[in-house]
Amino acid sequence: MAKESATSVSSEEKSAGAPKKARGQVYILQERCKGCGYCVEFCPLGVLVMSSRFNAKGYHYPEVAHAEKCSGCDLCGMYCPDFSIHGARRPTKE
Amino acid sequence: MAGYDSGSIVGAHYLDGDHAASEGAIAAGCNFVAGYPITPSTEVVERLAWRFPITGGTFIQMEDEIASSIAIQGAVWGGAKAMTVSSGPGISLMMEHIGLAAMTEVPCVFVNVQRGGPSTGLPTLPAQADMMQARWGSHGDYEVIALAPSSPQECFDLLIHAFNLSEQYRVPVLFMMDESIGHMTERVVIPPSKQIKLVPRRFTKLGPGEYLPYRAGDDLVPEMTQAGVGHKVHITGLTHDEQGYPVMNADCQHQLVTRLVDKIRNNVDKIAFYHEDEIEGADVVVVTYGITSRVSMRAIRAARQEGLKVGHLRLVVVWPFIEEYIRSLAGKVKALVVPEINLGQMVLEVERCARGQCEVVLVSHAGGTVHNPQVIYDAIMEAGR
Amino acid sequence: MTDVAETCVQENPVERYLRMDRIPHIWCPGCGIGTTVNCFARAIEQADVDLEKLAIVSGIGCTGRVAGYLNFDSFHTTHGRAIPFATGLKLANPDLKVVVYSGDGDLVAIGGNHFIHAARRNADLTVICVNNFNYAMTGGQAAPTTPLDAMGTTAPYGVCERPFNLPFLAKSCGAVYVARWTTYHVRQITKAMVEAMNKDGFSFVEIISPCPTLYERRNRLGSGLDRMKWFKENSVIKNGSDTRNIDIAYQQPIICGKFVDIDRPSLLEVTEAKIGDIRGKQRWADVSRRQKKSIEQTE
Ligand code: SF4
Ligand code: SF4
Repeated sequence: MAKESATSVSSEEKSAGAPKKARGQVYILQERCKGCGYCVEFCPLGVLVMSSRFNAKGYHYPEVAHAEKCSGCDLCGMYCPDFSIHGARRPTKE
Repeated sequence: MAGYDSGSIVGAHYLDGDHAASEGAIAAGCNFVAGYPITPSTEVVERLAWRFPITGGTFIQMEDEIASSIAIQGAVWGGAKAMTVSSGPGISLMMEHIGLAAMTEVPCVFVNVQRGGPSTGLPTLPAQADMMQARWGSHGDYEVIALAPSSPQECFDLLIHAFNLSEQYRVPVLFMMDESIGHMTERVVIPPSKQIKLVPRRFTKLGPGEYLPYRAGDDLVPEMTQAGVGHKVHITGLTHDEQGYPVMNADCQHQLVTRLVDKIRNNVDKIAFYHEDEIEGADVVVVTYGITSRVSMRAIRAARQEGLKVGHLRLVVVWPFIEEYIRSLAGKVKALVVPEINLGQMVLEVERCARGQCEVVLVSHAGGTVHNPQVIYDAIMEAGR
Repeated sequence: MTDVAETCVQENPVERYLRMDRIPHIWCPGCGIGTTVNCFARAIEQADVDLEKLAIVSGIGCTGRVAGYLNFDSFHTTHGRAIPFATGLKLANPDLKVVVYSGDGDLVAIGGNHFIHAARRNADLTVICVNNFNYAMTGGQAAPTTPLDAMGTTAPYGVCERPFNLPFLAKSCGAVYVARWTTYHVRQITKAMVEAMNKDGFSFVEIISPCPTLYERRNRLGSGLDRMKWFKENSVIKNGSDTRNIDIAYQQPIICGKFVDIDRPSLLEVTEAKIGDIRGKQRWADVSRRQKKSIEQTE
């Protein structure tokens, strides 16, 4: 199996400083992705875009464009046929 | 793990072979039977449908023999001891699942009350023409064990043995009755359950994470588990590794299939079981199995009265075949006479193993009744001349 | 895998139910089967199921591989025979929750006889059927579910036969729970799986799924994503619909929803009641005096 160089793009890392109040966070394993585009299409809040880059298998994978909008609804996780993305609610502490 | 409820009837009974086989199954601890009506095997399932509720077993009549032959395998993974019963056409439908049981190493018993074939053939009349099918009927390389009872008493005794062998070697066992044995009524003595020796399922003691469903020890037989005990096994009819995961390559195929075959072939001496009668010094040995053994005895006695030295070798376990034994026997006799109710099946094995050292004479019969002892007698006399 | 552990802050919730040593799976890009597995992973958490006692039984085909990826006692049986295997498993060990997870060709073509009989006898099974309108594993042949006029490799001029309406088939044979959704309806699929698994008796969930590699490609219906958008736009939710009216026609709207949710004594319930009765009262009724004596002797 090819080495799985996974990226978990936390909202903080991606759009620095911006989304303190983002309710959710999306996790992506770009190497497992097969580029079907379901997550991008069916994210109800438009958090994701397809990257123009390729993963090792030659597929475009999703990237976080609007981390601040993520609600953590996990619809991307429900759709992804390759188990390579999911969303989670962020703990609402303080 | 499932407990095997006993509850056999004991003592002397007047039973036909089909009913005796049913009682044998109960005595063996069988607690799941799936079947489909077909002559001449139906009485086996009828009796079990009646008896199982009392003994704690489950009988289900499935929609066809294909379903029956795989329902029993589901039941085995559920922890049951299981069996199905059929005849010619039904057994043909079960062939894919005999292969599945061999491949996934499911201990279970397939009873075949043989009738005349091919196709619908002679539903109510005997034959022994499924002997090669029993060995080779499913596709691919594999080994099974097959037994041939020759009386209602043996239908009882040997069915228990069939279950024991299936548990010992994790292999499907074919129980090759025929219509005449199935419908022959005789005295059957059933011992108390304490006197019946059962081979328990070889359940693993290893816990989840340690246990691999297809890792075998020296005897090449892996230990068993069942669903719901935490092992989370994956069982597939695809070529698989020790973990049970599919692996599509020549190496894995070689390892798996040779083990499946070797676990039986390496143990022929332990598995095979036969009766010898005056073999020592015989000029002619009659090699028989099933109902034909009994018919042959008449001919053998008559030939002995004529002064011929005739031995009788009765195969009880027909598969795996006693290759070495026949080879050495063939070197010592003038002829081997093989009567069977088919146009030549086991005789091919005898011939192959005899390697031309002696004459091998087939006494064939296309089925529909048993041999007339006269034709067997004539063949013996001719061969001994 | 260490990279994943280090950088992925949170594990995908489906992973704890998968045999991760077998991932990535063999399914094509955009295949809907993986999507249904996500729904299943969420459903088993919500359903009244003891995960230690969950067994998955599949037949052969693309969906038949589901058993091999789910980390439960899982059985990849022969083509068409998942249901009778599951029936034996459940009857032998009623403590198990047995889910049959397979494809349309497997369940209703070669396995059609078992399907109707399991529904008739109300066997205690949940049957999940991923229907992608063709035989995919073997390369896109027409199936009994391929819509009339659609193309398959064995129907190069278009299918000439009327396809099965699976919810109608299941209902008329006696299923106690019947629903149909498409892979677009992930939340509804999950709910349907939960409801189905919580039923005693034969419950059935049909999931219409894209097979972009074969069905969509051969019929020039675009990519998996195009298909999913088409599902979104052309699914009509009609819960409680009369199943006679929900036939699938080529590129016509697909009627989805929950169609049947009734109670009828299951095979196990009926068997238990009858056999319990025999063991209790009639235990000796059918047994001759002599046999009675011998049975007593052994006990
Ligand atoms: S749904 Fe999954 S496989 Fe498809 S593009 Fe998104 S991450 Fe990749
Ligand atoms: S062939 Fe079709 S059904 Fe099979 S994995 Fe590919 S997309 Fe899925």
